[in-house]
Amino acid sequence: MLRATWYHSRVSDSACVPSAASAVPTTTTTSRHSALVRVTHWITTLCFLALLVSGVEIVISHPRFYWGETGNDLTPPLFKLPIPASRALVPTGYGNVLPDQNGWSRYLHFQAAWVVVLTGLLYVISSFFTGHLRKNLLPDRADLSWRAFSTAIASHLRFERPSEAEAWSYNVLQRLTYLFVIFVLFPLVIWTGLAMSPAFVSAFPATVNVLGGQQSARTLHFFVSLALVLFLLVHVAMVWLAGLRSRMRAMITGRAATPMERT
Amino acid sequence: MSRLSRRKLITTGFAATASALGLGVAARIAQRYGLVPPDHGGIYGLGETLTYASQRLLTRHSLAREFSRSQISKPPFANEIPPLNEAFKRLQAGGFADWRLSVNGMVAQPGSFSLDQLKTYPSQSQITMLQCEEGWSYIAEWIGVPLSQILQAVAILPQARYIVYYSIDPDWWESIDMADALHPQTFLAYGMNGDELPVGNGGPLRLRLPPQLGYKSVKYITHLTVTDSLKGFGKGLGSASPEAGYAWYAGI
Repeated sequence: MLRATWYHSRVSDSACVPSAASAVPTTTTTSRHSALVRVTHWITTLCFLALLVSGVEIVISHPRFYWGETGNDLTPPLFKLPIPASRALVPTGYGNVLPDQNGWSRYLHFQAAWVVVLTGLLYVISSFFTGHLRKNLLPDRADLSWRAFSTAIASHLRFERPSEAEAWSYNVLQRLTYLFVIFVLFPLVIWTGLAMSPAFVSAFPATVNVLGGQQSARTLHFFVSLALVLFLLVHVAMVWLAGLRSRMRAMITGRAATPMERT
Repeated sequence: MSRLSRRKLITTGFAATASALGLGVAARIAQRYGLVPPDHGGIYGLGETLTYASQRLLTRHSLAREFSRSQISKPPFANEIPPLNEAFKRLQAGGFADWRLSVNGMVAQPGSFSLDQLKTYPSQSQITMLQCEEGWSYIAEWIGVPLSQILQAVAILPQARYIVYYSIDPDWWESIDMADALHPQTFLAYGMNGDELPVGNGGPLRLRLPPQLGYKSVKYITHLTVTDSLKGFGKGLGSASPEAGYAWYAGI
């Protein structure tokens, strides 16, 4: 019976027209994530992995980082990564150990960047109109207190399993983290990426000048990417702790595990 | 239910047809306005075309950043170069007196220029950055003649769309569209930092293209061909770079 109710509520929900099924009284909506959120989530996931793999390949052709406009083998680096490089040019200790993968890496990096930027735009613009931003991402005013924060942080530190309510709604730390990733880290990684493009900065020189130079943009791009990788690791770990099956099902089918269902 | 799915089917069908038509029209317009790169085929064609088309539209008339004399990289940097061939060594032994730049293709007056002849054109200089796709970069003063002046001298025909340029090493060739070829910062450079252009930096003659990455600034230039299509060159991908897996357009 429960299954039937769920099925019918889904059908009438998605069809948006009166049908025989809507006569079945439903008090709760069982859709956890909208189709748009799910589709954009997984496209972003694929693109992010493509950007990460290709980005690593690009970095190993010159694993030295600088500050300012220029940097090369004759200038002291800000820091260098203790990894093998794919080019002979990098000084002693590296050597031409790894094969050159920059061709396809650069092609893939920019293609994935285009797809993720267009997907992100679709997601952000629709979030304003569908209420996703207001309902699911912006924290309640009541949650923006030290007490609410400390409660949320303490429960995270105790590795408590999330409450039932959290299967349906993000807690305040989640909301702030997602907002930070969507509206700070993603714009920053796009900006610092574009600030490395010689043609782009010829049209918009301020985008690189305010960062302190082209090599500064490259170094910042590296650190913002690291921050995004850190988010990915924590995000996956939290999903794991909260219940991989139920959370994955919610993001794939849109359906969350309801308390009734578990009994 | 059945009525619904029919309606849905019709709407979806309409949307799909409209998008297909829209894409087709967009592709025709893009082709017409020169927004499709020669390496647009293959799995990375979408990203490559979006990058080239958007940067072409946004940056066609933009000048690459120029720097002050105090920002010139010290010591001057030169990356590793492939072993130079016999032809180069012979010309080098003669102090490059017999170096020639030949120009042919869609031109009214094909020509051949010695370095001294190139230097009879008013020389210009720019302090710009050379950026390698690997990640390193340096700033130098480049001295030479704008490519547009040489193209004017050989009187390119109106149907010209690309310039193909060759290094003395025949495996090393590139091409650019007319927007880049006529760009005021696109130089045939023979000097650097107030001196002759060192061999390590591409001397005696290098094509300098500051709005794109270093691999488009081919060293040891001996030949230019003006053409309306890149199909007949190499594998038809535009230059040696896509044949080696690298993008033809390197503005990013």
